[in-house]
Amino acid sequence: MPIVVKRPRLTLAEKCYFPALLKGLRITLGHAIRILRRKKKVTMQYPEVKWDDNLPEHYRGAPALVTDEQDRERCVSCQLCEFICPPRAITIVPEEIPPGDEWQKVEKRPESFEIDMIRCIYCGMCEEVCPEQAIFLRKDYAITGLSREEMIHDKERLYEIGGKREGLVNKWNELK
Amino acid sequence: MMTSSLAIIELSALLVPAIKIVALVFAVILPMVAYSVWAERRVSAIIQDRVGPNRVGIPFTKIGLAGLGQPISDGVKFLLKEDFTPGHVNKLYFWLAPALTMVPAILTCAVLPFGSELFGEKMVIADLNVGPLFIFAIASLSVYGIVLAGWASNSKYPFLGGIRSTSQMISYEISLGLSLVPVLLIFGELNLSEIVEEQSKNGWLLLPLWGEGAIWNGGWDRFFLFFPALLAFIIFTTSIFAETNRLPFDLPECETELVAGYHTEYSSMKFALFFLGEYAAMIIGSGLIVTLFLGGWSLPFGWDAALMSMAGNPEQVPWWLGVIHISTFLAKVIAFILFFIWVRWTLPRFRYDQLMKLGWVVFFELALLNIFITAGIIILTRP
Repeated sequence: MPIVVKRPRLTLAEKCYFPALLKGLRITLGHAIRILRRKKKVTMQYPEVKWDDNLPEHYRGAPALVTDEQDRERCVSCQLCEFICPPRAITIVPEEIPPGDEWQKVEKRPESFEIDMIRCIYCGMCEEVCPEQAIFLRKDYAITGLSREEMIHDKERLYEIGGKREGLVNKWNELK
Repeated sequence: MMTSSLAIIELSALLVPAIKIVALVFAVILPMVAYSVWAERRVSAIIQDRVGPNRVGIPFTKIGLAGLGQPISDGVKFLLKEDFTPGHVNKLYFWLAPALTMVPAILTCAVLPFGSELFGEKMVIADLNVGPLFIFAIASLSVYGIVLAGWASNSKYPFLGGIRSTSQMISYEISLGLSLVPVLLIFGELNLSEIVEEQSKNGWLLLPLWGEGAIWNGGWDRFFLFFPALLAFIIFTTSIFAETNRLPFDLPECETELVAGYHTEYSSMKFALFFLGEYAAMIIGSGLIVTLFLGGWSLPFGWDAALMSMAGNPEQVPWWLGVIHISTFLAKVIAFILFFIWVRWTLPRFRYDQLMKLGWVVFFELALLNIFITAGIIILTRP
């Protein structure tokens, strides 16, 4: 069955545009006055003012490595993150912990751990897959550099961003 | 001896208009064009709850000046950009078109009285006795710029934009001209300086509250003529919107349908000339509206006469009053430009048939009727 939509009958005031026109002008003027009197603030002046303090807990920034309470690298070079990483941004060269070392029982540690921040898509899969809770996505987002080499975060830089993470870290489940 | 003094007179007769032309065009109109672009961006930002360009100030410093450096950096950018001419265009007309939009817009400012007198010199470049006619004659040339741009670009969007602009500008020129006739009937004068002089003495056309125009001084004719004058003002202002291709009548460029309309194929400074030509036309249009309906350079409520008598009624207008008059004119024009901008960021674009209907069916008839009403009132109220 066809639906008949009747064309609305316009009053004279509606036909001659002027009331609607004035109404529109009043609305835009209202917005202008509110902005000029600083009653309303929408735009943030970015480099001077930052959103950092308001970042949510689950914010996914740059991935970084962390150490535990004894300053031991948590990473054991299992390379799960390297395999899971969708853009293949992570490159790990594993190394055996030499005998006589305090942490010899752990057996492996990364000799080098590089994340190419040009490739990284901040998906957080490395964090999710890590069995040792060694890699976390931090809240740093302004990762910049003047060359491709600068954009590759090596182990030193990753620990610098990550810092020390103490105690048991509940990644997904508070009851864990 | 005789010849040398004559030479001096002729030289000054040449020099004074030259100084006025250079001062008005290069020190007032062109900076105003550049800064009305800035004002457009800032005001649109304020209306849309944004900030707008607020950073460009003095180069190599951190002084921002609320973004006042933006027009200069824009200009430098336009000049330094590659001036690309597509291979498929008609070169001669392609190069001629931008100049033809800018030149008429600037030429029309010759007859606008932008002040009373300064050091005994009338503040108008050419004190023509046919001011409004001159403006119509020159301003209608600007349609050629757009049409040629559309034609010479040899591509479909500019072509459609050119066609639209031709019919739009020619249609609205009729109501523009006809809506002005009542004003000229009321003043009985075609010289814009004299029109402003008259408004300064006897009340603005839209504010007849002093001198002989006031109702308590027997200005019954001006009281009744206020209503046709208001109608003429509305038609004239709307037609100026259409003539300058501003929203709600910007169908020649109409980004949503025609990419950028008649200047789709243009880049760098040639594009900028179209852009600036539109703003120059807007400034001159505001100047014309202010001159005809809102008293031009004159102060309201007969303060001109009061200030003159305060100065002891000298032969010449004292220089400080001349400066006040010039700044009054500029203030009125700037207020009108802000109104243009405000309207642009409020109203949506008309549909093409609505535009034509408004021009031919509504404004044309109303303007024609307005002439007869005005003439009738003048016959009845002026003995």
